[in-house]
Amino acid sequence: MEKLIEFISFSNPNVRFVTLGTMFIGMSAATVGCFAFLRKRALVGDAIAHAILPGIALAFMLTQSKSPWVLMGGALVAGWLAMFLIEAITKNSKLKPDTAIGLILSVFFGLGILMLTSIQHSGAGNQAGLDQFLFGKAAAITPSDLKIYIAVGLVLLALIFLFFKEFKLLSFNPDFASILGLPVKRLRFVLSSITVLAIATGIQAVGVVLMAALLITPAVAARAWTSSLKILLIIAGLFGAFSGLVGSYISFTAPQMPTGPWIVMSLSAIAIFSILFSPQRGLVAKIFRQRQNRQKILTENILKALYHLGENQKSQQNYFSKKQLLNHRKFDAAELNKGLKILAKKLWLIERETGYKLSQTGLPEAQRIVRLHRLWEMYLSERMRLKADHIHPNAETIEHIISPEIEHQLLHELDYPELDPHQKPIPY
Amino acid sequence: MAALYIILTASVIAISCGLLGSFLILRKMALVGDAISHAVLPGIVLAFLISGSRDNIPMLIGAAVLGVITTLIIEMLQKKAGMQEDASIGITFTWLFALGVILITSYTGQVDLDQECVLYGEIAYVPLDTFNLSNGLSLGPRALWISGSVLLLIIAFILKGYKGLVLTTFNKDYAASIGISTAFWQLAFMSLVSLTTVVSFESVGAILVVALLVAPPAAAYLLSQNLKKMLWLSTLFGILTAVGGYYLALVLDGSIAGAMATFAGVLFAGAWGWSKLTSKHSGTIPVTDKKNISTFF
Amino acid sequence: MDIRPDCPAIEVHNLTASYNRKPVLWDVDFALPQGKLVGIVGPNGSGKTTLLRNMMGLMKPDSGYVNLFGKSLDEVREKVSYVPQRETVDWDFPASVMDVVEMGRYRKGNLFKRLSKQDKILCTEALEKVGLLDLAKRQISQLSGGQQQRVFLARSLAQQADLYLMDEPFVGVDAATEESILALLTQMKSEGKTVVIVHHDLQTAYEYFDWIVLLNTRLVASGEKEKVFTPQLLQEAYGGRLTVLSRIGDLMAKQDFPLREKEFKEAKGTGDGKTY
Repeated sequence: MEKLIEFISFSNPNVRFVTLGTMFIGMSAATVGCFAFLRKRALVGDAIAHAILPGIALAFMLTQSKSPWVLMGGALVAGWLAMFLIEAITKNSKLKPDTAIGLILSVFFGLGILMLTSIQHSGAGNQAGLDQFLFGKAAAITPSDLKIYIAVGLVLLALIFLFFKEFKLLSFNPDFASILGLPVKRLRFVLSSITVLAIATGIQAVGVVLMAALLITPAVAARAWTSSLKILLIIAGLFGAFSGLVGSYISFTAPQMPTGPWIVMSLSAIAIFSILFSPQRGLVAKIFRQRQNRQKILTENILKALYHLGENQKSQQNYFSKKQLLNHRKFDAAELNKGLKILAKKLWLIERETGYKLSQTGLPEAQRIVRLHRLWEMYLSERMRLKADHIHPNAETIEHIISPEIEHQLLHELDYPELDPHQKPIPY
Repeated sequence: MAALYIILTASVIAISCGLLGSFLILRKMALVGDAISHAVLPGIVLAFLISGSRDNIPMLIGAAVLGVITTLIIEMLQKKAGMQEDASIGITFTWLFALGVILITSYTGQVDLDQECVLYGEIAYVPLDTFNLSNGLSLGPRALWISGSVLLLIIAFILKGYKGLVLTTFNKDYAASIGISTAFWQLAFMSLVSLTTVVSFESVGAILVVALLVAPPAAAYLLSQNLKKMLWLSTLFGILTAVGGYYLALVLDGSIAGAMATFAGVLFAGAWGWSKLTSKHSGTIPVTDKKNISTFF
Repeated sequence: MDIRPDCPAIEVHNLTASYNRKPVLWDVDFALPQGKLVGIVGPNGSGKTTLLRNMMGLMKPDSGYVNLFGKSLDEVREKVSYVPQRETVDWDFPASVMDVVEMGRYRKGNLFKRLSKQDKILCTEALEKVGLLDLAKRQISQLSGGQQQRVFLARSLAQQADLYLMDEPFVGVDAATEESILALLTQMKSEGKTVVIVHHDLQTAYEYFDWIVLLNTRLVASGEKEKVFTPQLLQEAYGGRLTVLSRIGDLMAKQDFPLREKEFKEAKGTGDGKTY
């Protein structure tokens, strides 16, 4: 608890730099990453992250300087070169994109490792700190680093704000963008440059291997909650920043813990939660909807069965027992009980010892189902030319899903028929 | 002797990777291979933790199972959650890899693994860990024995299952239409890829194994008209990579695994240039439908 | 219009199929005669390929089933040959023409064995029939589109089947090849084989086929071409979707609705026969 208060109070300057730094990095990468995600370039981002390593090593070898600006410059050049090579290989050989990406990713990374170890062994200079790019160095963010991260973050956000419409079009419909006369090539150049920039800063927090997560996982998580690009960018940015916070907090309370992997764990947890529990696209919501569908189908089938039984006896005032219901339709006995209970609760049917009958509020509901069933059978036989003995199974399902608007359209198209294809009256 | 053992072990690993990698790139699953190589990390760490040693074979197999599970998770995310392929690969391997790194740091001291080893292996130490008989006679490096067995397994699988492997790679729907289970072949193949990554891990690390899986087969692919030639060329390039990488590392005094990946890249560049040159002379028209493929941002 | 042949080669029973929960085929029900050239015709997105994939067991239908020669697919698999769309494979694959044709002789039973001499003879004959014998050693990426299609046909011929299901074999093929493929199909017909072809070109359909199935996510007609090619039926197949049907399809996908209630899922034929 004390730790938490100390963390929140930001009294420790080191905590301040680390936390703000990782949050800014997380946010920038997540926002830019949304475009990588939408353009299905997640793994190109991964390759760029790996490919940056030799760029950093080379920049150091040439200048013997560890200034963040120098290293960033090397990173940008290498990132760009990698992207260019992947494109060149896919365009100019029979290799497929996945192979080209895997090739550039691993070869550049290997080259980077070779250079780093070579520098290390030759003692050509104090290279300590360079290998921090492998796993990130979030815990060692200095004030001057922080300035760079904030500057980069603000530049990225400003560019995204400025080119929002153009990037949106580029992500969803690049062909249309070029038809509109947008300078697609130049826009792609801007977008890819800011992506490389975000990756080059991002690897300082989580390292080259996990960079793909910083770029893509927030977007995946955010996608579960929204379909609007603006909101997607905002949510993803928040997830990115929040994970930076979580990562720094954990490495603050347990200093031996690596920040980068914890940032990624936090992002992954958010993504898994979102995939499972988001209200629209979430798997749990989906299962819940399917359960509700089943319940709707069950209760509507019971209503319909009661209506048919009444129709056969020409009175909807008679009571029918469970046995009669079971004889009429092959309900599962346990399900039938469950359905009857739900209906009784809604007061759509009235229960006596002798059985059940439709209540005054239940009758119109039952009529509606029967009407939809018979209307749909009409439609199947008139419009789809299905034979009378084939239409029933289809209508059994579709009757439950026809919305009032579709019912209206059906009635209109079929011109309010009175009898269904089996010559049964359609109740209105 | 040490140099010979290192080159020999590296060659055996490179051949295994090259053979499997050939099918991997033909199946357009190079990046799934990449994901597996990262995702087995927590499995390896757990195997170390439980068995306390790095050469317990059941434990290696246990770690390999995690690789297979990774492919299943990637597939499930695509099918059940409707996620695009690149994103499902990206989020799966990163979180498993992060988990592995966290496990390593949590149990430092108990696990004889460090972050550097994860990234580029310790093939230089391979000759030190030998397989000894009870009378003290050394039979050579343990890693060589293990990776050698895996290579034999792979060769046996490819020889015996050649037709099934080729058919399900070239034309999945057709294979299914004659009643062949594409899921079975996919699973068998990915299990081997996973096992190979786990076994190679110690020597070349998680990421550089990808270089061996992709680069020699990619170079071979550009130069081959038929699959058998591609497999032979992959083998050859694998051996060249091992030898060339070793001496490159010697000259530059750097990581052997890193040098091997670099050398594999050089080989690929050569093959690419060669294929461009020859295709211009012989005048064949490569028929490729790449209208809409762009990898550029 | 739904004409029922005696001794059908294929019977499709109440087939409903969907992609991502969206229905693509609604209660399709028809039967095809043996020894005829059959065209499955309809506009883009009308479910032609889906229908073929269901016949070949490559997709699980939401309801309904398909019988081939009165039996299930597994019982007659060796008598059925499937020719997928040309673009579904990567022609850069390092294989020769002969390699691909030999796949036609692969069986579940000989997957781990070498091909027999007889198998090789059948492959050579098949290549000769499609006129590609001189290219047998050529790598498949060096073939033209029409030649690639003929390789697929040769593989199919090598299967020695009685029923051939072909997905768009005339797409991306030059006029000369189209003619030679047609000649081959006609010859196959004269040998008593049944050939079912998914075809999108209405212009040539009448000329090529004996029997035509008109499809537009539902069955519009199935019968001899003279009876099916009426302005009214064509208008019905090509005159756009039924709006109610597509709206219901969208609703079902959105609400994760089942395509069939479980009692009717496995229902063979006409449900429980009751009318409500």
